[in-house]
Amino acid sequence: MDEVLIASVVASTLRVSAPLLLCAMAGVLSERAGVVDLGLEGKMLFAAFAAAATASVTHSTGLGLLAAIGVACVASLLHGFACVTNRGDQVVSGVALNMIAAGLTVVLGIAWFQQGGQTPPIDPAVRLTALVPDFAEPQAGHWVTSVLGHGLLSHNLLVYAAFLMVGAVWFFLERTRPGLRLRAVGENPAMVEAAGMSVQGLRYQALLMNGVLCGLAGAYLTLAQNASFSPNMTAGRGFIALAAMIFGKWKPLPTLGACLLFGFLDAVAIRMQGVQLPGIGEVPVQLIQALPYILTVVLLAGFIGSAIAPKALGRPYVKER
Amino acid sequence: MSQPIQLPKWIDIGLLPLWNLAIALLVAGGVVMLIGHSPWQALSVLLNGALGSARGLGYSLYYATTFIFTGLAVAVAIHAGLFNIGGEGQATLGGVGVTLIALWLGAKLPAVVMLPLLVLAAAGFGMLWAAVPAYLQAWRGSHIVITTIMFNFLAAGLNSYLLVNWLRPAGSMAVESAEFADSARMPALHQIAAALGYELPSSPLNLSLIIALLACAFVGWFLWKSAAGYAVRAVGSAPRAAHYAGIRPRAQVLLAMALSGALAGMVGVNEISGVQGKLTLDFVAGAGFTGIAVSLMGRNHPVGIILASLLFGVLYQGGVEVSFELQGFSREMVVTAQGLIVLFSGAMATVSAPLFARAYAAIKGGR
Amino acid sequence: MTPPAVRLQGISKRFGAVQANRDVSFDIAAGSVHGLVGENGAGKSTLMAILYGYYHADAGTLEVNGQPVQIANSQQAIALGIGMVHQHFMLVDTLSCLENIMLGAEGGFFLTPSKARVRAKLEALMAETGLQVPLDAVVADLPVGELQRLEILKALYRGARILILDEPTAVLTPQETDQLFVTLRRLQQLGTTLILITHKLREVMSLCSAVTVMRAGQVVETRPIADWSEASLAESMVGRKVTLGRPEGLEIKTGEVRLQATGLSLKHANGVPALKDVSLSLRAGEIVGVAGVSGNGQSELLEVLSGLRAPEGGQLDLGGASFTPEAWLDTAQARPLRLAHVPEDRHAVGLVMSFPAWESAVLGYQNLPKYRQGAAMNHAAMREATKQMQERFDVRPRDENLGSSKFSGGNQQKLILAREIGEQPTVLLVGQPTRGVDIGAIEFIHKQLRALRDAGCAVLLVSSELDEILALADRVVVMNAGRITGELSIDECDERRLGLLMAAQEERAVA
Repeated sequence: MDEVLIASVVASTLRVSAPLLLCAMAGVLSERAGVVDLGLEGKMLFAAFAAAATASVTHSTGLGLLAAIGVACVASLLHGFACVTNRGDQVVSGVALNMIAAGLTVVLGIAWFQQGGQTPPIDPAVRLTALVPDFAEPQAGHWVTSVLGHGLLSHNLLVYAAFLMVGAVWFFLERTRPGLRLRAVGENPAMVEAAGMSVQGLRYQALLMNGVLCGLAGAYLTLAQNASFSPNMTAGRGFIALAAMIFGKWKPLPTLGACLLFGFLDAVAIRMQGVQLPGIGEVPVQLIQALPYILTVVLLAGFIGSAIAPKALGRPYVKER
Repeated sequence: MSQPIQLPKWIDIGLLPLWNLAIALLVAGGVVMLIGHSPWQALSVLLNGALGSARGLGYSLYYATTFIFTGLAVAVAIHAGLFNIGGEGQATLGGVGVTLIALWLGAKLPAVVMLPLLVLAAAGFGMLWAAVPAYLQAWRGSHIVITTIMFNFLAAGLNSYLLVNWLRPAGSMAVESAEFADSARMPALHQIAAALGYELPSSPLNLSLIIALLACAFVGWFLWKSAAGYAVRAVGSAPRAAHYAGIRPRAQVLLAMALSGALAGMVGVNEISGVQGKLTLDFVAGAGFTGIAVSLMGRNHPVGIILASLLFGVLYQGGVEVSFELQGFSREMVVTAQGLIVLFSGAMATVSAPLFARAYAAIKGGR
Repeated sequence: MTPPAVRLQGISKRFGAVQANRDVSFDIAAGSVHGLVGENGAGKSTLMAILYGYYHADAGTLEVNGQPVQIANSQQAIALGIGMVHQHFMLVDTLSCLENIMLGAEGGFFLTPSKARVRAKLEALMAETGLQVPLDAVVADLPVGELQRLEILKALYRGARILILDEPTAVLTPQETDQLFVTLRRLQQLGTTLILITHKLREVMSLCSAVTVMRAGQVVETRPIADWSEASLAESMVGRKVTLGRPEGLEIKTGEVRLQATGLSLKHANGVPALKDVSLSLRAGEIVGVAGVSGNGQSELLEVLSGLRAPEGGQLDLGGASFTPEAWLDTAQARPLRLAHVPEDRHAVGLVMSFPAWESAVLGYQNLPKYRQGAAMNHAAMREATKQMQERFDVRPRDENLGSSKFSGGNQQKLILAREIGEQPTVLLVGQPTRGVDIGAIEFIHKQLRALRDAGCAVLLVSSELDEILALADRVVVMNAGRITGELSIDECDERRLGLLMAAQEERAVA
């Protein structure tokens, strides 16, 4: 097989999976704590805008990242205020956040930069670039440099950070005290409260971490992948991340698998255009793009195993006594 | 959904929603100021653009028509205890259905046969698109919120595939279907008025408005007068009591979602048959989500939905005008306002309720 | 002399109109197994909830180990060495036993070293007490008996020297119960004070060193075990009741069998039996009362007989039709077969709270032709029917437009009764008809049930109020632990016999 093709598919997969991973991990943290998070899309969008706007104006990568994280955290905390403190409907709150993000990012973009919603291009020095520039292109005839080099090693910091985050989230949930409490509060908040811990406090903690990860996901889009913000650039990634999280049964490692799968499908979709598969003919690109959604529905329908959500997910916690 | 606070009905249905709306608009006004404009100026341009001329009013009503359909869709589902976020996808399928029938039969049948057929096609396709998530929820326990979100994306993909591969006329670069025959076009109201001897400015407002109002009446009848509606409301409000009463919850879920999808599908009648005359990529343009805002504001009741749809129709039309007239102002301000309304009327609806309860108690005590 | 582990003096607690505890005083000796016995509503759970910090007493004092204390919340109770094993376990299903025990007292940020430390302590504790719990097993995979041991271990790990157990054997199999006894005896040997809330007299006689009997919120008496027998406990629990309201010389005329249930069996979700081989017949013109402490299968019996739920085994013969578990009676079929049901839970099951009265008044009967006009409902007929129901049953206020949730408990119950009786059923199943209902309404409801019986209906009355059963029933069936332990005609009923049957393990002939 063509090593250039394999290398570029591998590289593409990793690049596409990175923001999905960060978002999906954010979702895992929030939902394992019992708070439905449909606002991943909106938070990622907010963060992407904040990173692009800040970085293009201040010419600082660090400030761009901070802005992205800050804005996403504010959105998360707002969601928390509506749902955790005021016991509002978590689904409606997430939908509202998405709507506000879609609108506000363009409104501010036009008002501040007058480019039809786009932010000015970010200085290449400020963008996140490949850590090892030598592997920028796959080379025909060289298997190792192509597949390993271009495929795996040619990426920027955030891509690797995304994968590291999977490990970090796993470690946090399984091996630390706050992680144990977070897992408990999504299953049996009454028990947690009775044992002397604050359900609200734990959920806000989870939402804060969720904000940080969404911030990184959004920052990736404008600091690494593209060079500026354009309206609705998240293009449903937040929902694919949601699908990946459900597909991964709210666990970090299977979710990683799901994100890689969905990233792979995306990488393959474009390349499959015009390609005739034996016996099937040409696979429509829309079908491949739809596969993550189809797979999630099939999973939810119970045809490939079952997805058991955290028991207290979606139910506002009301103190008993 | 969360616990209601015991407030007298007039506060619960009248004052509190208006208060929540006011807060949302206040925050929206704050955003307007943030981008360096005067909220009052924006507001006056908006109202003038939406209501100040017959043409503007026509546009506002045309937008409102679509929102009535999606709002009714959300409301019917909520009465069954379900959150149908799939209005976007169901509306898309409605448009697809309209297109398929229009292109297949449009040239062969007269309008008086075509138009009802198109309505049926829109409703039928929308119904089907909602029935699958409904079945999965009722029989397999799959959470309807997630499945309908997925189905929204699937609908967009399906629409795209059909347009690119099947419906696009050969040699055309635009991602659109062929144009419909005249008999497959919902007559515009200004055309009807002209036929009757009145003069109305040209606008996209078409016969679908009448259909939407009829749909409102039907939904009102269905929910509160029909036997099926009794069962649906019982299941949505008290599933155990419904079971006790011999009502089968699964059937009601399916019925409510089917009706919900059919209503959302009718957007296709307004947009595709009424306005565009052909199928396009993103003709729904977020109306499914606006339907959520409309239903929340309208307290899931047809009368409230009509009022809320008018509000949003005005917001949309006015928003377009403002984006033309005021520099640096974009239509997305309306989307932002809409999101704020969903936030304050939906998720944070009961934040202010304790304040009202205390104020009410204080006033009552003072008497 | 060692001070008592717990001393209660004059504890009183009121919830709204209900006096849950009234002037409760007794001592619990250190290192003893103290039984707290009584029917439902006697006030035992409230009292222990006060001891564990869930509630504050309105009056009275508490002393723990000789020191006067104020227990503001359960953390303070735990600090004082009081632990509680609840009837409904407070566990996180997806975590392991070890993690459940650690939760809240992990002892460090990183779990791996913390787990090692906690594990070491737990293994020592398990060795000392003989309690074996598989620390790494996930809670969701374990049977109920193991989970209870887990709860006990959890309490002990937090330093409990006084352990409260709330109806511990309610969900255990006989083998698991025996295992529990072994554990409890061992704990007592180690010096732990145990407080056992139960209504099961065999356990009391077998384990306890002293017993306090409570009734209607008050202490009846506290005596060492030597002063009690099962019979005397039973009598004390039930109390001396005057059988009220039975008109003298009333001839009980019963007719044909209207409902016959044979061999009903059903298990809870966790595998514990809810109904064990229950057989019952209902004849025209009689009221059969089902007595017994709540939670012994009465609710499940009602659900099965009314068609809300299918059993796993057994048969039902009703109105000429026979039903088996594969094709059990459906709620939609019940009413056409003239079976009516006044459910135990009037809020969630008997009415749709968000409906106005005139819509709730046809719940279950919404498909009757008289309430329909083709595909629509006949609002006028529904309203008229509601007005009549409200008139006949004195439902106040006489407003058919009022929301169902706005009526008082008694009036809601009258409305439901009016609805169910209104279609002249041949069989009526009634659950807790006067729970939370004011005195005036109680009288009225009783009168209606008697009238129904006199008109030839077969009535099954499930009530946790023994007074009510004794006032209304012609025949009394007693349930305990999912079984019918005995059947008595009303003339044969006395406190002693009933009490023994309510506490019995298997069906027995009572002398």
